[in-house]
Amino acid sequence: MVEFWVNVFLISLLVVITFYIIRLKSLIAIVALSGAYSLTAAAIFVNMDAVDVAFTEAAVGSGISTILFLAALRYLPLEEAHHTRFSGWSLTLCIIVGLMLINAAFSLPDFGDPGAPAHLHVAPRYIEESYPLFHIPNVVTNVLASYRGFDTLGEVVVVFTAGIGVIILLTGSTLSMRFRKSENLPVQNKEASKKET
Amino acid sequence: MRENPVFKIVSKILFGPIIIYGLYVQFHGDYGPGGGFQAGVIVAAAFILYSIIFGLERVRKLMPVIFVNYIMALGVLVFAGTGIASIILGANYLDYSPFAYKIYKAQHLGIIVVELGVGLTVFAVMLGLFYAFSGFKPKK
Repeated sequence: MVEFWVNVFLISLLVVITFYIIRLKSLIAIVALSGAYSLTAAAIFVNMDAVDVAFTEAAVGSGISTILFLAALRYLPLEEAHHTRFSGWSLTLCIIVGLMLINAAFSLPDFGDPGAPAHLHVAPRYIEESYPLFHIPNVVTNVLASYRGFDTLGEVVVVFTAGIGVIILLTGSTLSMRFRKSENLPVQNKEASKKET
Repeated sequence: MRENPVFKIVSKILFGPIIIYGLYVQFHGDYGPGGGFQAGVIVAAAFILYSIIFGLERVRKLMPVIFVNYIMALGVLVFAGTGIASIILGANYLDYSPFAYKIYKAQHLGIIVVELGVGLTVFAVMLGLFYAFSGFKPKK
């Protein structure tokens, strides 16, 4: 019962944070609030006993991505652009999609239901085998690195590719090119800032 | 903010413990919550904290950009190389059983090596992204 009310409190906190993210104009406040959103989501995961997910959400969602957003804000104006055109069609579409999602959520299995499809396929085997056979208490790590090692390799390659892509986009092609360009880079930026002013 | 002695001393004191905590999360992933993804982020956060307080140049001396780029690829190589090693030892790709005589020891060994690869890549990608975002524009 306590868990239920904690969940109610945390989810209503999420709604309040979302409301302020939509309402506020200052981008720094929005970045800080999205960090708070991730931290609240992590608290919800802890409440549902998904400690590994909560750990990732707290470290990545509210830690690193907030810092990266703040670093990206150096190149952006501090205020959101003025944009308050109201559209009836968008509102109707939002309401219809929202009602459909709520309707779909009713047919999901209950939280922790042992008869849910996700708990009937391979999960029982993982839980039974993990400790007696492999002496690994944390089943999540065992599934991640051992049973589903191939998936995790794919994830690491995705992280690697995405990181390389963003770094190349931001720092301008390859390393040798960057060293060559480093001589005239400040000049280019000065010209750009003059044009802005 | 950078001249404030409180920030300087606190970040200096915290730098080591954050990295040690990251290593704990890294190598304790099969006993408690955590693993390579979280550990990489935590260790990267230590370097980012240091660079926020002491400036980007000092962190770049500590962990040069080219070094970060190599670590990024090294992590994926460690992970994929584990799979190649198990093929060479006569098992399927990423099957850890031939690494040791007892099956659970082989599993522990395989998971630790694989998670190390994950941690290295995530750490280097996070730090590289931070370098790219914050270090691109020259200071005025």
